[in-house]
Amino acid sequence: MTEVERPLSPHLGIWRWGLSMALSIAHRATGIANALAMLIIVWGLVAVASGPDYFELFYGYMTSALGRLVLFALTLTLMLHLCTGVRHLVMDTGRALEPEANRRLGILVVIAAVGLTFGFWVAAYHIAGLI
Amino acid sequence: MTDSRSPIARARGLGAAGGGTGHWLHQRLTGLANLVLVFWFASSVVALAGADYATVIWWIRDPVVSVLLLLLLASGFYHLSLGLRVVVEDYVSGEGAKLLLIYAIGAISILLALLGGLAVLKIALGG
Repeated sequence: MTEVERPLSPHLGIWRWGLSMALSIAHRATGIANALAMLIIVWGLVAVASGPDYFELFYGYMTSALGRLVLFALTLTLMLHLCTGVRHLVMDTGRALEPEANRRLGILVVIAAVGLTFGFWVAAYHIAGLI
Repeated sequence: MTDSRSPIARARGLGAAGGGTGHWLHQRLTGLANLVLVFWFASSVVALAGADYATVIWWIRDPVVSVLLLLLLASGFYHLSLGLRVVVEDYVSGEGAKLLLIYAIGAISILLALLGGLAVLKIALGG
């Protein structure tokens, strides 16, 4: 059979980036990143179960500069995924599908995720007595 | 509109993938559970910031905490295996590689959930 040059439907390259498509791919990307968060949770639980020495090692990794950076990034991906997940649940009910309502929900989702992330970290630093 | 499916196929409602709406529904139900469990877990870890080993052990030994941790592992790993499966289905084109990856995602998810669950039980039940 000969190869026929068929027209392709407009793909990624042709669209100007908008909030809803950015949140759509962000939901997927953060979901993948959160698999790493679950891996670290399991590692932490195994570390606690393995005794104080191994826990100290794990605690050292997590509170190092790199550890804090990774944990901060994963807090952000978790909160963003939770918020964009709620956005999808809202849209599943047929709400916020009109452009203006959808935009407002999208902005709210980003503000909520960033706010929650910084809220958790400020609270953690405060409770640890660092600020 | 004509329907090429047999009456029994229509009644089962499983569609071309043979899975019906189960995947879609489970993704959302575990997502809702994770919403609560992840907020609880993040708040708890924040409350434990700077805590020593004995305090962490004391926290996990609380029966409510142990059970919620087990639920987080079950719901979290089920949700992420469903989600990663869709990513593989969308981006991996080779049929063999696709099946192998989906199998690996499920197997590794079960392995890690069991590992975490056993650690929780060891701490909760240990003398």
